[in-house]
Amino acid sequence: MLDVAAIRKDFPMFENNPDLIYFDNGASTLKPQPVIDAVVDFYARHTSNVHRGDYPIARLNDELYDGTRDIFARFLNCSPQEVAFTHNVSASMNEIIYGAAKAFMKPGDVILTTQNEHASNIMPWFKVQRDFGIKVEYIPTDVQGVVSAEDFEKAMHEGVKAVCVAQQTNVLAAVQPIKEMARIAHEHGALMIVDGAQSVPHMKTDVKDLDIDFLGFSGHKMCGPGGTGVLWGRYELLEKIDPMIYGGDMNARFYADGKMLLQEPPMKFEYGTPNIEGVIGLGAAAEYLMKIGMDNIHAYEKELGDYFRGRMKEIDTITLYNPDSTAGVVTFNVKDVFAQDTANFLATKGIAVRSGNHCAKILDGIIGTNSTVRASLYFYNTFEEVDRFVEAVKEVTLENAVSIFF
Amino acid sequence: MENQDLLNDPMILREIIMDHYKYPHNHSLVSSTAYRSRHMASASCIDDITVEAKINDGVIEDIRFDGIACTISTASTSIMTELLRGKTTDEAKEIIANYFSMVDGLEYNADLLEEAVAMKNVYKQANRIKCATIGWRAIDQIIKESEESNG
Repeated sequence: MLDVAAIRKDFPMFENNPDLIYFDNGASTLKPQPVIDAVVDFYARHTSNVHRGDYPIARLNDELYDGTRDIFARFLNCSPQEVAFTHNVSASMNEIIYGAAKAFMKPGDVILTTQNEHASNIMPWFKVQRDFGIKVEYIPTDVQGVVSAEDFEKAMHEGVKAVCVAQQTNVLAAVQPIKEMARIAHEHGALMIVDGAQSVPHMKTDVKDLDIDFLGFSGHKMCGPGGTGVLWGRYELLEKIDPMIYGGDMNARFYADGKMLLQEPPMKFEYGTPNIEGVIGLGAAAEYLMKIGMDNIHAYEKELGDYFRGRMKEIDTITLYNPDSTAGVVTFNVKDVFAQDTANFLATKGIAVRSGNHCAKILDGIIGTNSTVRASLYFYNTFEEVDRFVEAVKEVTLENAVSIFF
Repeated sequence: MENQDLLNDPMILREIIMDHYKYPHNHSLVSSTAYRSRHMASASCIDDITVEAKINDGVIEDIRFDGIACTISTASTSIMTELLRGKTTDEAKEIIANYFSMVDGLEYNADLLEEAVAMKNVYKQANRIKCATIGWRAIDQIIKESEESNG
């Protein structure tokens, strides 16, 4: 098991906010000292651009920035040349979806997804539906958002050219059987595209073992700096897809007649000056997580999540929307109290959670409400924090939620 | 107690918010062409409210609303529909201006705002100001739109 007390010492946010219970890790995560140091060192000791300087500091940054691909090659079990840096998962998914739709799909072709998806994984599909005539269809899920391999296989048909789902959904933390889905998708000649924003920070991700084709995720949800994301794809597919944005750095040559030669992947997806310090910090975050061990992180969060769910089930004034989740995420409402009122009341107790529709605005088709409170854990959260959280939830009533204004 | 004293009592103000949340007034849409309508779906939270108003000859004859929203959004909009119904658009604009001042923590005329003073402390929770103003911004836009189309 993890030494959580020692781990918490790595995160200055805890020392600086001794009473804070941070259960909003699905939105963003706290940063450990090595990540902070990596970013601050860039500003204080070795600031420069990348890929264009002939002096030692610029070469150091080239090594650190491009070296982060090697870190992710270990993190994801892939080749460094398959790792492109973006600004967040939205950017990654937009690049993948636009590129795949343009290169591999024709009008009338179908992509399969779920009604569980975050905006970043569904709106780009609506866009290619509108612009390229691609058709979006939904795989049925159970009431907790989980896809079964049988239902998925039934939803597959000849027109399906791509399947695109979150490995772990952002509201209900439904963990999808990605490996099985990839096998079925490939048997039908469809691409398997995965939104890893909520899964990659919490479990080991081996793209070879999962046998998927594309993966996108954010850096700030895995202890990394904001404004960082990763686009991973099989190299031969990255070669075939067209980047969405053109500009500096990603081009090799261009001519007056409009002819353009792009860089090879992954560079062709990295337009303009990148978030250099962010990517270097993200490399430090991935190293930090690997040092703790992704399997250890996953096991601890499962245990803490199970304890959390068990304690929440004691409270008869709440509705729990994901009682069978295997992740460290509890999504609920207090009966007769609107989600944001609950979140604001909890805030007065020093608790940070997310309320609302969590950018999954068609999820109400599955759970019958579009406003919930989501408490999302990470490996630095504790059993004691869960106990304090449960006591605070017991105090949530309409009266108490309105009383915070007086 | 004088009315004004009642509206200074936190317990009473809390009851006003809870009542308007549990039993919102004018809480159904007519969706007739006689009404102007505004759909407010704020980006950062869940509140999703539609306000509609029937304005004739510079008088607000009816205001209605519907949608999904928190206590503050629902109660503030419900109170607004009661307060502004029957007012001229000029009277309404003065009330709205005072209300916006109050929720920004500025000077305001409490007499004009009646039950809406229940929202006087919302400015202390900056994240909720948008909740307290969602319905009010809708009616403000509807009034401006009606004046533009008549002017």
